[in-house]
Amino acid sequence: MKSFVDEVAATPGGEHIRACIQCGICTGSCPAASEMEYPPRKIIAMIRAGMRDEVLSSSSMWFCLSCHLCGCRCPRGVKPTDLAHALESLANQQGFRIKGTRTPAMYRSFVSSIKGNGRVHEFGMMLKFYLLANPLSAVKMLPVGLKLFMHKRLPLMPKKVEAKEDLSKITQKFKEVRGSQ
Amino acid sequence: MKYYSYYPGCSAEATAVGLGLSVQAIAKPLDMELIELEGWTCCGSTPYGALDELESIVVAARNLALAEKTGLDLVTPCSSCCVTLNRAYIQLQDHPKLMAQVNEALAVVNLGYHGNLRVRHLVDVLVDDITPEVIASKVQQGLNGLKVAPYYGCQLVRPRYGTDDTEFPHSLDRLVECLGAEAVPYPLKARCCGGALIISEENLALGLIRKLLDSAVENGAQCIVTPCPLCQTNLDAYQSRVNRKFKTNYNLPVLFISQLIGLALRLAPISLGLNTNIVSPSRVLDHIYKVRQEVKSGA
Repeated sequence: MKSFVDEVAATPGGEHIRACIQCGICTGSCPAASEMEYPPRKIIAMIRAGMRDEVLSSSSMWFCLSCHLCGCRCPRGVKPTDLAHALESLANQQGFRIKGTRTPAMYRSFVSSIKGNGRVHEFGMMLKFYLLANPLSAVKMLPVGLKLFMHKRLPLMPKKVEAKEDLSKITQKFKEVRGSQ
Repeated sequence: MKYYSYYPGCSAEATAVGLGLSVQAIAKPLDMELIELEGWTCCGSTPYGALDELESIVVAARNLALAEKTGLDLVTPCSSCCVTLNRAYIQLQDHPKLMAQVNEALAVVNLGYHGNLRVRHLVDVLVDDITPEVIASKVQQGLNGLKVAPYYGCQLVRPRYGTDDTEFPHSLDRLVECLGAEAVPYPLKARCCGGALIISEENLALGLIRKLLDSAVENGAQCIVTPCPLCQTNLDAYQSRVNRKFKTNYNLPVLFISQLIGLALRLAPISLGLNTNIVSPSRVLDHIYKVRQEVKSGA
C-alpha cells in the first residue's frame, strides 16, 4: 500500500511536500494559523510521519483562506495553500467527517450550485448553506442579505446557463475515465 | 483597438454586479474589445478543488478549451477566477496523464485543450497593454486630491501569475495615480480579507476586514479601491457587521478600480453600477463635483 506521503505527493497540489525543511515561515505568515490545531509546518511534519487519520480528520486545512502568502515566502517551493486544498480533497473523497468548522458544508453548497446551474447562484448557495448547516446564523445574516438584495446584488433566481448540460457530460465522462485507470 | 476573450466570472453577474457593469463601461473608451466567452461556466473556484481536486481541473479546463479556440488572451476581472484558471493551466502542463484524461472527457462535447492560452487579470491588461500613460490621456475628469487606499487583496498578486510584486505591489497604485488621485500608503494593501470564509467562519474574516479598514482610515483614505469581487463584497457589505462586532463606526466607500476609472472618464455613475455599492460612494462623488466646480470657476 502507498505510504501517506506518497499519496499526498501524487495529488495535484501536494507534489512538493518532500522539499519542506520545516523552517516555519508558512505558519508565521498564515492569517488563520491561530484557528488551526495543526498549522502548516506541523501538518507537513505529520504527513511525513505517516499520521494519516489525524491529518485527514482534522479541521486545520479547512481554515486556509487561499491567500498564498505562505507559498510566496516558502524558500523550498512547497505551496502550502495548494497542499491544504489537496488534503481537503483527499479527506472529502475518502469520506472523513470534519468537526469544528462549517467550511466543508459551505464548499458543498457552492459546488452543488455549480453542478445545478453551471454557474454559482450566490443566493441559492448561501440559502442552502445557512438553512442546512446553520439556521441560527441565517437570522443573524439576514440584514447583510437584505442589503445585498436591495442593492441589486443578490438575484433570487439563477441565470439560465445552457452550457450546464455540457459541463455535466464532461464531468460524468471524467469520472468514468478516472475510474477505469 | 485591442481584442480579448472576456470571462466575467459568476459574481460579476450578482454580488459584484458593479464590477461587471463598470468593466463593460470602461472597455470601449479605453480601446479594449472584451468579447464575452460564449458558453462559459463557473471556473470551480477554491471550493470545487477542495472537494475534488481532479474534477475541479476538468471544470476549469472546459473554459480554457473554449477560450483557446478564439485565439485571443482570456481576460478576467475576478482575482479568484484568474488564479483558478491559471492553476488548471499549470496542473495540466505538469501532469500529462491528467491532460490526456481531461481531453478524453472534453471530447464528449467536441472540445479539446492543447495548452496554448494566456489567462490574464484585467488589472495586468490595464497596466501592461493599455498602460497608465494612455489611460491618463483619456481622463475627462481628473480625480485631483482624492485620497485612495489601493487594496490588491491576495489573488491579484499571489501566487505570482501576473507581473507585480507579491507583497508590495504597485500596479493598482499606478492606475489610481494616472487618474489624478493620490494613492495613500497602505501597508496592508496585499493582505487577506478572509475571502469566502466570511460565510463559514465569520469571526475570523471580520477580524481581518477590521484591520484593513483601520489601516486605510489611519492613512487618510477617503475610499478604498479594489479589483476583486470578493474583497469588495467583504469590505463593503460586511462593514456594518464589523462596526457591530467591534463597536467601530467605519463609513468608508469601497469602489472597484473599474468604477474609479469610469468616473475619471466621466461616465455616468449608474452605468458604473455605483448604485449597487452598499456604503454610499457619495463622498467620492461630492469630491469629484467639487473639483469640477473649481475647474469651471477657475476657467
